[in-house]
Amino acid sequence: MEVGLDHYLILSTIIFSIGLYGALSKRSAVVILMSIEIMLAAVTITMVAFSRYIVPTELTGHIFTIFIIVVAAAEAAVGLAIIMAIYRRRENIDASKIDLLKW
Amino acid sequence: MDIAIPNILIWFIFLLPLASFVLISFFTKPVLNKPRLSGYLTIGAVAGSLALSIWTLISILRAEGHELVIPDFNWLAISGVINIQVGLIMDTLTSVMLIVVTTVSLMVQIYSQGYMHNDPGYHRYYAFMSLFTASMLGLVMVNDLLLMYVFWELVGLCSYLLIGFWFHKPEAAKAAKKAFIVTRIGDFGFLAAILLLFSQTGTLDIAQIHSLALTGTIGSTILLWAAIGIFLGAVGKSAQFPLHVWLPDAMEGPTPVSALIHAATMVAAGVFLVARMFPIFEHSPDALLIVATIGGFTAIFAASMGLVMNDIKRVLAYSTISQLGYMMLGLGTGGVAIGIIHLFNHAFFKALLFLGAGSINHATGTFDMRRMGGLRKVMPWTYFTFLIASLSIAGIWPLAGFWSKDEILVSTFDSQPVLFYLAMATVFMTAFYMFRVVFLTFGGKYRGGTPSQTSTKPHESPMVMIIPMVILAGLAISSGWFNVTGDFGHLLGHGAEHSFIEGFFGILTHPLPWISLIMAFAGILLAYAIYSKNWLSATKLRKFFSPIHTMFFRKYWMDEFYEDIIGEKILNKGIFTRFKLFDSKLVDGAVNGVADAVMTTGRVVRQVQTGQLQLYGIFIILGVLAISIGLIFWG
Repeated sequence: MEVGLDHYLILSTIIFSIGLYGALSKRSAVVILMSIEIMLAAVTITMVAFSRYIVPTELTGHIFTIFIIVVAAAEAAVGLAIIMAIYRRRENIDASKIDLLKW
Repeated sequence: MDIAIPNILIWFIFLLPLASFVLISFFTKPVLNKPRLSGYLTIGAVAGSLALSIWTLISILRAEGHELVIPDFNWLAISGVINIQVGLIMDTLTSVMLIVVTTVSLMVQIYSQGYMHNDPGYHRYYAFMSLFTASMLGLVMVNDLLLMYVFWELVGLCSYLLIGFWFHKPEAAKAAKKAFIVTRIGDFGFLAAILLLFSQTGTLDIAQIHSLALTGTIGSTILLWAAIGIFLGAVGKSAQFPLHVWLPDAMEGPTPVSALIHAATMVAAGVFLVARMFPIFEHSPDALLIVATIGGFTAIFAASMGLVMNDIKRVLAYSTISQLGYMMLGLGTGGVAIGIIHLFNHAFFKALLFLGAGSINHATGTFDMRRMGGLRKVMPWTYFTFLIASLSIAGIWPLAGFWSKDEILVSTFDSQPVLFYLAMATVFMTAFYMFRVVFLTFGGKYRGGTPSQTSTKPHESPMVMIIPMVILAGLAISSGWFNVTGDFGHLLGHGAEHSFIEGFFGILTHPLPWISLIMAFAGILLAYAIYSKNWLSATKLRKFFSPIHTMFFRKYWMDEFYEDIIGEKILNKGIFTRFKLFDSKLVDGAVNGVADAVMTTGRVVRQVQTGQLQLYGIFIILGVLAISIGLIFWG
C-alpha cells in the first residue's frame, strides 16, 4: 500500500484531535500547554504533507513548519512563564479555577 | 408744491425713524452718551417723516386714481417656489395713516422731552420710540402680508418694551408680559389667515389678493375663514372683546407711550388691518357682521368699565377700547371710510387726553383721581386742552369726534338697529365718564397728590409739554372738518350716495345727530350733577347700584376668569398637567424602558461569560465545526 496524502492528513487529524481533547478537558495548565504543542505538531505535519504532494519542487510548507516551531517555542516560553506566575500567586494551576475574566 | 414726491423719498418716511433708532442704540448712547441728542435725533427724524408724509399726501391727491405706483424690489427669491418682494402701497388709506402716525408721534416725542426729563432710561426711551414709529410706518406702507406681519410683530415688540419700560416695577413687568401674550393669541389668527390665503392663492401681495377676492377666485368659505383670522389679529391688537384685558394694564408704561402706542397708533393698527383687507370682508357678509357685532359690543362693554375706574389712565384706556369698538362698528356697517375717519379723529383727541393725563401726573405725581381736584386754576392750559378733547370724544358739535361718531351711528342705524341702540347708549356713557374725569380732576378742591408729595404744590407743566397739547387740541377741534363736504370719505372709497353730511350746519337738519347730541349732553349733565354739584351723592349711588358697580369695577371678573379659570385651572392644572404626565410617563417611560430592557437582557446574557477558557474553546470548536459542515453541505 502506497502511503499517500490521505494517510498523512488522517494521521494529522488524529493527532490534532488528541491535542484538542487534551486542551479542552485537562485541568492542569501544563498539560493544556503540552496539548497545544501537540496540535501545532499536527498542523506542521499537514503543512509538510501538502508541500510534498502538491508543490514537490518548492519548500513553502517546510519554511512554514520551521516558523511554527519557532513560534511554538516562544509561545511555550511565554505560556510557562505565565503558568509560573500563576502558580506563585495561587499555588495551583487548575485551569477551571482561572476564571477572573468572567462577569 | 407741484412736483410729485420721488419714490426714494417715500422709503425715507420709514427709514428716517429707523436710522434714528440705530443711531441712538449704537452711537449716541454708547459713544456720546448725550441724552438730549437722542431726543432731538428722534424728533428730527419724525419731523422729517411728517414732512415727507405730507408731501406724499399731496402727491397722492394729485395722482391719477389717488394712488402712487412704486416699483417693488426683490427681497427673497427662491426660484420657482416663492418670490417675496418688498413694495409699498401708496393709496389714500396709507397716506392718511402716515399723517396720523407721524403727527401724533412728533407731538408725543416733543412732549416726552418734558415728561421724561431726567429719566435714567432716556436713551432707551427714545430708541424704542423711534423703532416703534418706524415699525408703525412700515406696517401701514407695505404691500405684502408677510412683511406686514413682520411689522405687526415689531410694533407688538415695541409695545412690550415700552409698557415694561420701568421694568423694575413688578406691575409694569407683568403688564408687559400680559400685553404680549394676549396679543399673541390674536396674532396667531392673523398668521393662520396669511397662511390660508397663501395656500389658496400662492401670493402674499395684498393688491393681488384683493383682486382675486373681488373676482371671486377664492371660495367664499375660505374668504370667511381668512377674514375671521385677520379679524382675530385685529381683535388682539385693537383690544376688542374678548382680548381687551391687556390694554388697561398697559397703562403701566410711561404716559406718552400710552398716548402714542396705546391710544393713537398701534391699537388702531387692528382697525387699519381690517380696512386694508376690506375686500376680503366685503365678500362675506358674515365676516362684516362679526366685525360689527364685536365692535359694537366692545364699545359699550368697555365704556361700562370706564364709568367706575378711579385711575385716570384706566378710564382713558377703557375709553380707547370703547372707541376702537366704534371704529370696528363703523367698518362693519359702513365701510373703510367711516371706520378710518373715526380712527383719524380719535388719534388726535385721545392722544391729547393721554398727554393731558400725563401733564396732570407730572404736576401731582399720581394717576388716582381721588387725589386730584381743583387743578383748573393751577393748570389752565392742561385744563383747557383736556376739556376740548373731552368735548370732542363726547361728540359735541362741531368738534372732531362729532363728525365721525355720527357717521358711524348713521351707518349702524341703517343696517344693525340693535347695535345702533348699544352705540347710542355708549355715547351717553362716553360723555359721562369723560366729564366725570374732568370734574374730578379739575373741579373742586385739591385732594393732595401722592402721599409722599403732599408738600409740593401742583404746577403747570413746562412749555415743551404744553405746545404739543395745544397743537393736538387744534386738531381735536378741526380734524373732523376735513370731511364736512364728504370729500375725505370719498377719497377713502366711500360712495357719495352714503354721505349724509350736508355741510357744516347742514348736518343739524337731520334728526339723528340731535339725538346723539342730547345723549351726550345728558351724560355731561349727569356727571356735572354727581361730581361737580353733588346733587346726587356718588357714594349713595354706588351703594344703590352696588352689584352693578362691583361688576364694572372688577371688570366683569374677566381677569380672574382668564387667570384663575383658563390660566390656572384649564391650562396649568388641566392640559399642562396632562402634557407633563405624557412627558414624564410616556416619553420618559419609553427612554427608561429601553434602558431597562437592555440592562435586564445583559444581566441574563452575561451568565454565558463564565471565564472558563476551556468552555470558550469548546464553543469555538463547535462553531468552526458548524461552519465547516455548512460549507461542505451548502457551500
